[in-house]
Amino acid sequence: MVQLTEVTKYYGPKRALGPVSFEIERGDTVGILGLNGVGKTTLLKILACGLRPSSGSAVVDGLDVLRDPHEVRKRVGYLPETPPVYRDMTVGDYLAFAGRIKGMTPEAVARRIPEVEERARVAEVHDVPTGHLSEGYRQRVGVAQAIVHNPELLILDEPTHDLDPVQIMEMRGMIRSLKDSHTILISSHILPEISQTCDRLLILDDGEIVASGSEEELGEMLMRTRRMAVTIRVEGGEAGNGSGGAAVRAAEAAIGEVPGVTGVRRQDRGDGSVRETGAVTLEVESEADLRAEVCRALVEKGCAVIGLARAERELERVFVGLVGGERT
Amino acid sequence: MTSGATGVVFRREFRAYTRSPMGYIVAAAVLLLDGILFYGLALGPRWGARLSGEVLQGFFYNASGMTAIAAVALSIRLVAEERQTGTLLLLDTSPVRDWEIVLGKFLSALAFLGAITVATVYIPLLILVNGKIAVGHILVGYLGLVCLGGAVLSIGLFASSLTRHQLVAAAVASVITGALFLFSSLAHVVGPPLNGVLSALTIHGHHWAGFGSGALHLRDLAYYAALTYFFLYAAAKAMEAKRWE
Repeated sequence: MVQLTEVTKYYGPKRALGPVSFEIERGDTVGILGLNGVGKTTLLKILACGLRPSSGSAVVDGLDVLRDPHEVRKRVGYLPETPPVYRDMTVGDYLAFAGRIKGMTPEAVARRIPEVEERARVAEVHDVPTGHLSEGYRQRVGVAQAIVHNPELLILDEPTHDLDPVQIMEMRGMIRSLKDSHTILISSHILPEISQTCDRLLILDDGEIVASGSEEELGEMLMRTRRMAVTIRVEGGEAGNGSGGAAVRAAEAAIGEVPGVTGVRRQDRGDGSVRETGAVTLEVESEADLRAEVCRALVEKGCAVIGLARAERELERVFVGLVGGERT
Repeated sequence: MTSGATGVVFRREFRAYTRSPMGYIVAAAVLLLDGILFYGLALGPRWGARLSGEVLQGFFYNASGMTAIAAVALSIRLVAEERQTGTLLLLDTSPVRDWEIVLGKFLSALAFLGAITVATVYIPLLILVNGKIAVGHILVGYLGLVCLGGAVLSIGLFASSLTRHQLVAAAVASVITGALFLFSSLAHVVGPPLNGVLSALTIHGHHWAGFGSGALHLRDLAYYAALTYFFLYAAAKAMEAKRWE
């Protein structure tokens, strides 16, 4: 559905994107993940024919964005970071305008709007001016305009931008419901948004794709070490000083002596909770699953183990590892 | 998707004028000032007894200035506002061509300006009832206002397509329009052949004089059509360049 080959974008001498190459199969939902300013919007705008690449080839549904931009635009629905809504128009009028401007006949627009409003969950505000809507509704109206002409490729740039947690959940649900009928490309710097809605992730950093794959594949890529979280009860004063502090140091030493353990560090939340609960959590890195060995070593040293769990390296850390680690 | 897109853009923009305070403020200001200027300058006692045709000519002369100012005020928002609010992205990423957008926006502004201009028709009708003028003079005068208004609208639209700031667009449009107005005055103070060039290029001066006096010349129509086409073409090219920049 989408093929990018060595695409770059320069603003004067400054490189904003690329070279970037990747493919997206029809029906896939792909997330582009990266910090602000790494080139996500530039990449999406090129695919939406809103920006000319400096070099390389971008093909959507077999059509080159430079040679056939008009035809590509018919096949793409685009939601920019800020929904392009006319605040003086009602939702119904706005969607009718969006449909007509995208080449639909008045009859087709009239048939399509109720369906689109239903999918985007904006039917109840059909007669409300978009300027009177909340951010969440406006974002949904933005999605509705992007799908009004039933495009094959749907491009959503930061679709949960500026939404509250409830609205974010609703938006995720809506995107999932669109997966059946569109190839979707989403950008975000919010990992859960990407990981929960996409089949595949592309990690973008400094204009280049530094990793790609499913959440599991990316996890595997960076999970060269296993992690576990060990929680012990500390008695006798503050955890960092006195006998409590000594107990923590003893526990750290005991864990460090277990063959295969490559690192131990204390999870310090710095909020004083240790003093209140008497519990200290140690994060242990190892080459294999050593939960049993670590537990035995602690018990032998007289430590009160109250919790032991394998700590999956969550995607946030994968992201930090990729974006930060690859560069340094 | 050719003339259809132009029509869709036209309808949206025309409704935007009727929904926004800006449209009504411009309309009210034009109607008020046209009335005051007619009373003070065209009918004023210091002019003494005048022929009805001269009074009508005075009205059209004053109205031409108001029309030009209104055209600048109406046109500067057409693209700059959309660029500022981000709605231009909807058009930029839709299968619609730049000239279709430009033409739809221009025609909507021209229709709104035309509606304001037609609302002043009570003044020529008063002259017609109380004096002796040809209906043709009225029609040609209004045609001149539409031609002049269209030309200034195209300049404003071009200026609007260059920037996201309406004030900048207003400044650019005012400078271009002002310069084209001043050409007729400059033509009187420079020698040949420059005076001929300036006189031919001026947006007012002798190109307007015929319309004001009720004389319709093809060359004047051609001038305004060419000027309008030139700036609309430039606006479409500016939008095309910025669409892909």
